[in-house]
Amino acid sequence: MPRLHWEDFIPGQVTECGSRLITRAEIIAFAAEYDPQPMHLDEAAARASWFGGLVASGWHSCCILMRMLTDDFIGEASFMGAPGVEEVEWLAPIRPEERIRARATVLETRPSRSRPDVGFVRFEFELINATDLPVMRLIVSPMFQRRAAGSARGKPAEGGE
Amino acid sequence: MKFFEDIGVGETSEIGRHTFTADDIKGFAGRFDPQPFHLDEAAAARSHFGRLCASGWHTACVWVRLLIDFRRREDEERRARGEAVAQLGPSPGFRDLKWLKPVYVGDTISYATEVVETRPLSSRPGWGAISVRNTGMNQHGDLVMSLISTVLVESRDRGPHGR
Repeated sequence: MPRLHWEDFIPGQVTECGSRLITRAEIIAFAAEYDPQPMHLDEAAARASWFGGLVASGWHSCCILMRMLTDDFIGEASFMGAPGVEEVEWLAPIRPEERIRARATVLETRPSRSRPDVGFVRFEFELINATDLPVMRLIVSPMFQRRAAGSARGKPAEGGE
Repeated sequence: MKFFEDIGVGETSEIGRHTFTADDIKGFAGRFDPQPFHLDEAAAARSHFGRLCASGWHTACVWVRLLIDFRRREDEERRARGEAVAQLGPSPGFRDLKWLKPVYVGDTISYATEVVETRPLSSRPGWGAISVRNTGMNQHGDLVMSLISTVLVESRDRGPHGR
């Protein structure tokens, strides 16, 4: 059974969601596959760019955040995905061998109008670098199964072991 | 890329299409979005999606790749015609990313762009910001994804060293 349900997220909660070292190799590998622009791929070309050096693709930052959140709490929650993402701000670049951490703030929660067993949690997620500078800010409202409905059905929600 | 002054609201482009295979979906999800409904057919069948489907981030990252390739082809054509090519600046982010329908194994998504706003940047003379509505449509004609992206584009009058 998932450990966390919609009811477990309380507006105002701030949670640290782990940290990760972002390697040059993974920045280049992601860029080669999904965002092959010089500033994400090639050190010399990146030095001549706006950024003055190699930086991670902003889309890579989104994917890194998704993975960090899954490893931290989404993997043990009744997570049902999200219908979209309200807003993403790329505030500063992530550079090779930087350690970043993720932080989750619950902004609000609301039950689904169409599905009584489901609720939305509106989060602000931040990626923060070693100098405490937020490098990315993301607002998203994923869906989680509600505890009572999950228990009544007697079956694990998606994401359950 | 066209220069900022040459980009008009309402311009549309079809940038490419991609067919999502099971291996493709699981490979992406295994690295970045390891939810059971993106990784395992049986778990997906028990989920609200009903079938294995792609991570929404995957659907978006494929759009990024097709857009980069599309711009590169356009720039090569411009250079071949002897035209100048505008530089792109950084993107401050995006908004209103909507995953409207699941992308299932075997779906072919066609991606398109439409310019929705252009504005000169007083904070960065020589550059303008363009906002683009980007969409992905499946083989049934259903929109599966849309987002509004913003990027900085060089102006014709930027000069050799202007930033």
